[in-house]
Amino acid sequence: MAISEHLPAAAKAAPKPRTLRTGTTWVGRNLPWLTLLPTGILGAVFIYGFIALTIYTSMSASKLIPDYTFVGFEQWVKLWSMRRWGIAVNNLFVFSGLFIAIATVIGLVLAILLDQRIRHEGTIRTVILYPMALSFIVTGTAWKWILNPGLGIESLLHDWGFVEAQFDWLVRRDRAIYTVVLAAVWQSSGFIMAIFLASLRGIDPSIMQSAMMDGASTWRIYRRIIIPQLRPAFFTAVVILLHMAIKSYDLVIALTNGGPGTATDLPSTFMYDYAFDRSRIAIGAASATMMLFTIAAVIVPYLYSELRSHNRSRTS
Amino acid sequence: MNDIVLGQRSLTDRLLRVALYGVLIGFMLFYLAPLYVMVVTSVKSLEEILAGGLMNLPKKLDFYGWSEAWNNACVGTECRGMAPFMWNSLIASTAATIIPTAIGALNGYALSLWRFKGSELFFGLLLFGAFIPFQIVLLPMASFLGWIGWSSSLVGLTFTYIVYGLPFTTLYFRNFFVSFPMDLVNAAKIDGIGYFRFFWRVALPSSVPIMIVSIIWQFTNTWNDFLFASTMTKLESATVMVALNNFVEVANGVKRYNVDMAAAIIAGLPTLAVYLVAGRYFLRGLMAGAVKG
Repeated sequence: MAISEHLPAAAKAAPKPRTLRTGTTWVGRNLPWLTLLPTGILGAVFIYGFIALTIYTSMSASKLIPDYTFVGFEQWVKLWSMRRWGIAVNNLFVFSGLFIAIATVIGLVLAILLDQRIRHEGTIRTVILYPMALSFIVTGTAWKWILNPGLGIESLLHDWGFVEAQFDWLVRRDRAIYTVVLAAVWQSSGFIMAIFLASLRGIDPSIMQSAMMDGASTWRIYRRIIIPQLRPAFFTAVVILLHMAIKSYDLVIALTNGGPGTATDLPSTFMYDYAFDRSRIAIGAASATMMLFTIAAVIVPYLYSELRSHNRSRTS
Repeated sequence: MNDIVLGQRSLTDRLLRVALYGVLIGFMLFYLAPLYVMVVTSVKSLEEILAGGLMNLPKKLDFYGWSEAWNNACVGTECRGMAPFMWNSLIASTAATIIPTAIGALNGYALSLWRFKGSELFFGLLLFGAFIPFQIVLLPMASFLGWIGWSSSLVGLTFTYIVYGLPFTTLYFRNFFVSFPMDLVNAAKIDGIGYFRFFWRVALPSSVPIMIVSIIWQFTNTWNDFLFASTMTKLESATVMVALNNFVEVANGVKRYNVDMAAAIIAGLPTLAVYLVAGRYFLRGLMAGAVKG
């Protein structure tokens, strides 16, 4: 992303190197796509072939063992009539809504605060971003201990004098999903901060200065001028967070394992349970298909717009 | 930004400044607290843990948790500690880092400096593969590995990592080479340097920064992976994340939180170390994976 912007326009506009000689033999002339052939084959089989296979499986009569009798949308209908799938989808809405909103707000606030010529900015950024380098299994294990009723935060509150305090969200059916939100926000908000900070640093400082000359308050400048300019960063942040939310799996496994009961089930944990533990292959495949469609609906337009705007900026 | 315009600061400005640092320190504590709790819990004795005092420093340092986690922690009925699983992770992650990075470098080179008809479409299609929820390939992949005799093995897992790592590594190198100075390419053309020689002599040496990004990305992601690892391995071939989750899941009698926390720290240490040494490249990998073009 950033690299191309530092190069002089002339370099970008230079003609394509297609005329570079690779030799006169057939192989020599076709080297570029021959290089890509292995990856192309792998992609065709393991990405697109397997996607097709899973979608087909979701329309088959498979149960314990694969049975490729075509049954149309029967399994999809069955999936959507399952109470547990309903819980998983509902949880995904609650989880992704809160996760996206909170992580975006925290990320934005942190980025704005860090953009105030802060001393030791590098150190602060390192601290805020380090959870992203850790596995969700590691952080889920840590949060499970911190949130455990009795010895975790609850006992901390007791120590601090809130003797009546109760904090048992981890084991409460109606609250456990919020502990997943907390751990996910803690882990990912630093990344969102980095996205907003990069975007803030791209804003022309003279805009800020001239607004200040006119006597506008800092708050007003941010609200009216700076934040509206961050629109692409908002867009990116939401797409990334939504993508993360839909794929969230390890964190739930490590923190609540979908429980108590099925209270924190997400489509991802549902899929694994049905496909592998319960061996209801077609239902598992159908749930995976739903996940793919949801992600594709978000990612395909995003990739398309990113690639297009990039190509435009490169040729202009 | 205030101090650009205002020559001298008023009292309110100073107070605002103090508040600003206060808020930032508060956030830092929020991010550091879980790590702090992990560390202090890991060096407490079990009695001290059960007596409460989540945030207290240990009264007496006790490394029982660490030695148990490393030497004796159990997965299922096997109690061999974490060492073998760390080794499994290291093997899988190393192979799954080197191979896709090498292939990705060649792919990116071809896709950016040697465009052909359909190369952009190829890139777009491959890129989509970087964002799919892996649940969609999990069932066929598991059957495929069974079919070729690689099920429940480290080889099968490594192969899986390589295949699904390629879209990312190709993306990194392609977007890096796309902004390659065309003067150099044209000069090479005049000199009559061939396809592979140009790659080997010019393109590859210049791509060291993105190579580091790609290496860190692949290593971190494969080390931290749980979904593939838990599907494609069994006890002997389990990676450290699968093992960690199993240590913690096994609940016989009293949970030994000091062992759990020590195990979690050990499992997280390699990627944390990579982050502390090369955080800049780690962030760049994250950003490049998020913002294309």
